[in-house]
Amino acid sequence: MSSLLRLATAGSVDDGKSTLVGRLLYDTKSVLADQLDAVQRASVDRGLSTPDLSLLVDGLRSEREQGITIDVAYRYFATPRRSFVLADTPGHVQYTRNTVTGASTAQLAVLLVDARNGVVEQTRRHAAVLALLGVPRLVLAVNKIDLLDYDEAGFAVIAKEFAAHAASLGYPEGTVLTVPVSALHGDNVATHSANTPWYSGPTLLDHLETVPVAPDPHDAPFRLPVQYVIRPRTAEYPDYRGYAGQISSGTVRPGDEVVVLPQGSRSTVERVDTHGGPLAEAGAGGSVTVVLADDLDISRGDLIAGVANRPTVTDELGAVLCWLSGTPLRPGARLLVKHGARTVQAIVEELTSRFDEQSLSTVESPDTLELNEIGGVRLRLAEEIPVDDYARSPRTGAFLVIEPKDGDTLAAGMVGDRFSALGEPAA
Amino acid sequence: MTTLEAATDAAKDNLAALESEAIHIFREVAGEFDRPVILFSGGKDSTLLLHLAIKAFWPAPVPFPLLHVDTGHNFEEVLEFRDGVVDRHGLRLVVAKVQDWIDDGRLTERPDGTRNPLQTTPLLDTIAEQKYDAVFGGGRRDEERARAKERIFSLRNAFGQWEPRRQRPELWNLYNGRHRPGEHVRVFPLSNWTEADVWNYIARERIELPSIYYAHRRKVYRRDGMWLTEGPWGGPRADEEVKELTVRYRTVGDGSCTGAVESTASTVEDVIAEVQASRLTERGATRADDRLSEAAMEDRKREGYF
Repeated sequence: MSSLLRLATAGSVDDGKSTLVGRLLYDTKSVLADQLDAVQRASVDRGLSTPDLSLLVDGLRSEREQGITIDVAYRYFATPRRSFVLADTPGHVQYTRNTVTGASTAQLAVLLVDARNGVVEQTRRHAAVLALLGVPRLVLAVNKIDLLDYDEAGFAVIAKEFAAHAASLGYPEGTVLTVPVSALHGDNVATHSANTPWYSGPTLLDHLETVPVAPDPHDAPFRLPVQYVIRPRTAEYPDYRGYAGQISSGTVRPGDEVVVLPQGSRSTVERVDTHGGPLAEAGAGGSVTVVLADDLDISRGDLIAGVANRPTVTDELGAVLCWLSGTPLRPGARLLVKHGARTVQAIVEELTSRFDEQSLSTVESPDTLELNEIGGVRLRLAEEIPVDDYARSPRTGAFLVIEPKDGDTLAAGMVGDRFSALGEPAA
Repeated sequence: MTTLEAATDAAKDNLAALESEAIHIFREVAGEFDRPVILFSGGKDSTLLLHLAIKAFWPAPVPFPLLHVDTGHNFEEVLEFRDGVVDRHGLRLVVAKVQDWIDDGRLTERPDGTRNPLQTTPLLDTIAEQKYDAVFGGGRRDEERARAKERIFSLRNAFGQWEPRRQRPELWNLYNGRHRPGEHVRVFPLSNWTEADVWNYIARERIELPSIYYAHRRKVYRRDGMWLTEGPWGGPRADEEVKELTVRYRTVGDGSCTGAVESTASTVEDVIAEVQASRLTERGATRADDRLSEAAMEDRKREGYF
């Protein structure tokens, strides 16, 4: 079992996300006395009779003024069983880009709905975004269940509707949990609530502590984007040449045959180095330095891969973009693509589709992609790069789209046709 | 497996993941930027930062210099430690002294004598003068509400300002270091670490720290609810009684606003136990500058502070 769970929250405005996160921090004793004092003081200043736990997390001046979350905040809490990194993302439609930011690294997402409103448009949109990004597990927290008088039938309707929606997005049974909670009162957050005797499932925290996190599959192909070439040229290491990077997928051992892409030259791994000593084996997520048997011309931006199941080397990319910029995307746009440690120039040849989160269908050949829209594109690149399909290998299938003029990040890119994955429950 | 063992194993995996992430960030900056620099005060976070940088580039030397913004209100033990580390690892240290800015009139001493807020100008001036384009800091998102919002790569405009509403989305482990001339990027490799992670890692790696992090006898006086030590920052005043107590520091900063806590924790293990049991955050316990207003940190960051 993994000891670190990265999770993201999502949901629409005023459904109590910040309060739920505050409650999780509070109930796991991750809030210290001075932070609580500050919240109590601020709550009194605002004329509230009970401490507003959302003030624990809404840290920016304008957030506290408006009582809403504007930007992603990262929160840390731990229990004896697990450590958590939580990306608390805003619910406003105009901040969907932050949901993408929070969810790109999440192993689980907690979606909130207000029990009185049930599954709304924003819930469906967020769930679709999470599915496209490949977040493997979802929790629907049906919040403010107290305002529904802890009604079992009302909860069941919401749970059923959400289960059907998740299934249509490709989430197999067992990857989605729906739990009735009151973030305000703490029902079923860290402790089972006496108010919901009809609910026999785990509390939210129980689930977060015990949910299995899929380990990197053992047979995943080896991928190491070369970030930096380490050449000490010191008396002690006059001829050392190591290729440093973080393993995106698979494992590597001394003696493994590898190929360097895009050029295609082959060699054998001589050593897998770290500051702590050479390793017999290193796996996904490890930051290592690989020394090869042959003296090849390898630089930042190249990819070292296993010889079997190689990535595709191409200068034509079919991809799905989550468009995160206020300036709409149009065909012909000149952009930059950052993939692994390589940044290349790109031209948008064609917008092939636009995704409609409501109907879970696509519109062919749209004229533009606007802020927060998701669509298929065809990109032509100035040079060939080695890519994987995002569905099979997310780290080497993901890329950033960058505006060359000011360097802003415009889009999250995923190689391949993500839309075809929706609607087919994964094995 | 007992709960305690499970917790220890969990902590080990967690630290390995955090270490790997930080090394990845260091290498990314080395690959993308022309003139990075590591902010180094000799405190525990920047010492940890340097330790990770050494790991990231081994067996080559760290390809960046260090920058210390010296308020002139430092603890002697910390300055000695700073110079020792620099010598031991053959690093280059640039020191920007707040006193130099006061002497030539670019800064004015504040009425309350604290120099922590005065660091921003020497920092920004030095970044501009040395043309640094990436500045590593030891900031962690668990420290403070406004920091919780900060990206790992945090773009600052030509005035060094942070604009929270205009932050770039940060996706997967792909960091965007693009910036225009005059702009720079603050980089926070310890973003996802907590105070407990920092201490557990210090224990695991046996990282040496300035002695003032551990319990020692010290003459201190009470001001604004904190135990301050005697020094050039104007204390104690006539009405402030000096006591000799057994104390240690949880953070190391400007002596005028960094307080000691009463503690008998004399080893890393003692400190870990104390941090786990503490009901106060490190900043809440010992940093006066964060108490100024509800959004004190955000306001200072907008001006260019870390």
